[in-house]
Amino acid sequence: MNEALGYWDAVPANLQDLVILVLQILGVTVAVILSVAFMTLAERKVIGWIQVRHGPNQIRIFGLPFLKGVAQPFADVIKLLLKEIVVPANADRFLFLVAPLIALVPALATWAVVPFSPDFVLADIDAGLLYVLALTSLGVYGIILAGWAANSKYALLGAMRSAAQIVAYEIAMGFALVGVLMAAGSLNLTEIVKSQSGGVLEWHWLWLFPLMVIYFISGIAETNRAPFDVAEGESEIVAGFHVEYSGATFATLFALPEYANMILVATLSAVFFLGGWLSPFEGIAPGTLLAEPSFVWLFLKIVFFLFLFLWFRATFPRYRYDQIMRLGWKVFIPLTLVWIFVLAAFVHFEIGPWAA
Amino acid sequence: MLITILFYTFAAVLVGAALGVVLSRNTVHSALFLVLAFFTSAALWLLLEAEFLGIVLVLVYVGAVMVLFLFVVMMLDINVAQLREGLTRYAPLGALVALMVIVQIVYVTWVRRLGLTADMAFPSAEPLRGTQGSNTEALGALLYDDYVLPFQLAAVVLLVAIVAAIVLTMRSRPGLKQQDVAKQVAVRKEDRVRLVKLPAEKGP
Amino acid sequence: MLAEYLPILIFLGVGTGLGLVLIALGFLLGPRRPDAEKLSPYECGFEAFEDSRMKFDVRYYLVAILFILFDLEIAFLFPWAVSLDEIGTFGLVSMLVFLAILVVGFIYEWKKGALEWD
Repeated sequence: MNEALGYWDAVPANLQDLVILVLQILGVTVAVILSVAFMTLAERKVIGWIQVRHGPNQIRIFGLPFLKGVAQPFADVIKLLLKEIVVPANADRFLFLVAPLIALVPALATWAVVPFSPDFVLADIDAGLLYVLALTSLGVYGIILAGWAANSKYALLGAMRSAAQIVAYEIAMGFALVGVLMAAGSLNLTEIVKSQSGGVLEWHWLWLFPLMVIYFISGIAETNRAPFDVAEGESEIVAGFHVEYSGATFATLFALPEYANMILVATLSAVFFLGGWLSPFEGIAPGTLLAEPSFVWLFLKIVFFLFLFLWFRATFPRYRYDQIMRLGWKVFIPLTLVWIFVLAAFVHFEIGPWAA
Repeated sequence: MLITILFYTFAAVLVGAALGVVLSRNTVHSALFLVLAFFTSAALWLLLEAEFLGIVLVLVYVGAVMVLFLFVVMMLDINVAQLREGLTRYAPLGALVALMVIVQIVYVTWVRRLGLTADMAFPSAEPLRGTQGSNTEALGALLYDDYVLPFQLAAVVLLVAIVAAIVLTMRSRPGLKQQDVAKQVAVRKEDRVRLVKLPAEKGP
Repeated sequence: MLAEYLPILIFLGVGTGLGLVLIALGFLLGPRRPDAEKLSPYECGFEAFEDSRMKFDVRYYLVAILFILFDLEIAFLFPWAVSLDEIGTFGLVSMLVFLAILVVGFIYEWKKGALEWD
């Protein structure tokens, strides 16, 4: 052990930093992937319970008698990796295989700027929020390319639907984030969290409530989740943009990015509107352990938003396509615009948190 | 040192991607090379510490403009052979444009470096870095105050673009049935349902 | 400033590597038994009767153009929202004028029916 430490000390300081950084990045990546794995399990369990079923309850860790079904996601991954990858004959072979990568990379790289706890952010950049928005806007590429490269009608229909839908909700999302900026006065995500310190009533949800609702619902639409899942629409266009994908390409194109994006939307909603890693007891019991900001609070808030995702999926019937477009363009965008004007009035007349 | 290596790497990728745009036979591949080119240019801007501009380049060009490009390129049946014919016809024009761009770049980098007059010298990047706060904040402080007229002009240009896009592409198809949500919500029971009370029939 | 972007660069590399490894694993571990039917594009039980890369309604292009314009608007709003406390009332009003001009455009779109989807 001491010997190993000796070797470590001999490494130049900036190389040490680099090694630590790479390890941290790998750690975050593994954490995201594990969260995705358990999210798929949680989804099936929660929806099962809502529909008075058991959900997956067979596969256990090493056959232990408790925690039935916990190992299900690992079994799924192994199964997907062992399946044949079918590349359709008329497909654009190169793009067909690159599309999953293009979907995956932005979904992972956005995590670089997420403030996990008061002292852990991978990349504490000034323009964090802008970076988040820019990378979110890249998510559409994986879908369009997957749909086009497969050279299948259903895939192309799904891709076009989803592209137009993502595009509409991205604007609503952007406008909602402008409201967050007006309240926080900084693009840096850590600063945005810090601007909410001082207890539950200081969090942004109070003054930006319409924007929070719009941001979260737009997030659901951006990730093509039910009730906005017309891009997949099993009953209409079989599986939409990923109908031709199988095995490992299906896992990297569809499962990983979609769930990673879901968790990301939940995390960002928590960071922007519910105070990120701040404790809800800050204003009630200052100075105690409960009031300490930590990752635990962020985790609980993420779980709350993720549960909403599952709850919505189990509750709402799928929107019709024209209704989705109407909601995005004719309801959300005007609402966010109006709220920006309202916030401008607050700022000017120094109302609420903008009181001098 | 690292920055120099990064600069040359990104620059090489950028030139390669630009060549790919022109030389690729498949139009979708060309469009994707253009995406790569925008990406590397954004990285180059970041190296110049133009943080806001670099990320906005990705947000607007990659995230929005290229999506439109892909829509168009994917859905049109472009005849490659026909395009080849056009290539020879428009080659002189293309060469002229390329020449002009080269002249401009040479002017900016070389003539300016001579610094013949004071206002032709390179503007220094130092003053901006001195201000506290982020790149974006500094930009905001300038844009909405000192450059308010160009800023409002941008709004007008965007408005014109909206109107033009609609005038050029809107085709209203006759005979469409549309849903009027306000009407649906405003409907009352009395408008739609009439309850009729029928007297019970007498049995035989 | 640049040092803060290094983790992002590495993260992009890690993400690409992960994707490549997953797809490579899929090719290595999975079987390969192609046949003509398996490789044909999915159709509900009949032969495909035209190329699947069909022409789309012009509406999609219109939506994409409008999206670009609104995206630009957002790009203008970001620096404004960040520097609110420095630019004072003049900056506030100048943005409200900007937004008002674009709201006119939005109303025009709405009234012309460019946002209808049917």
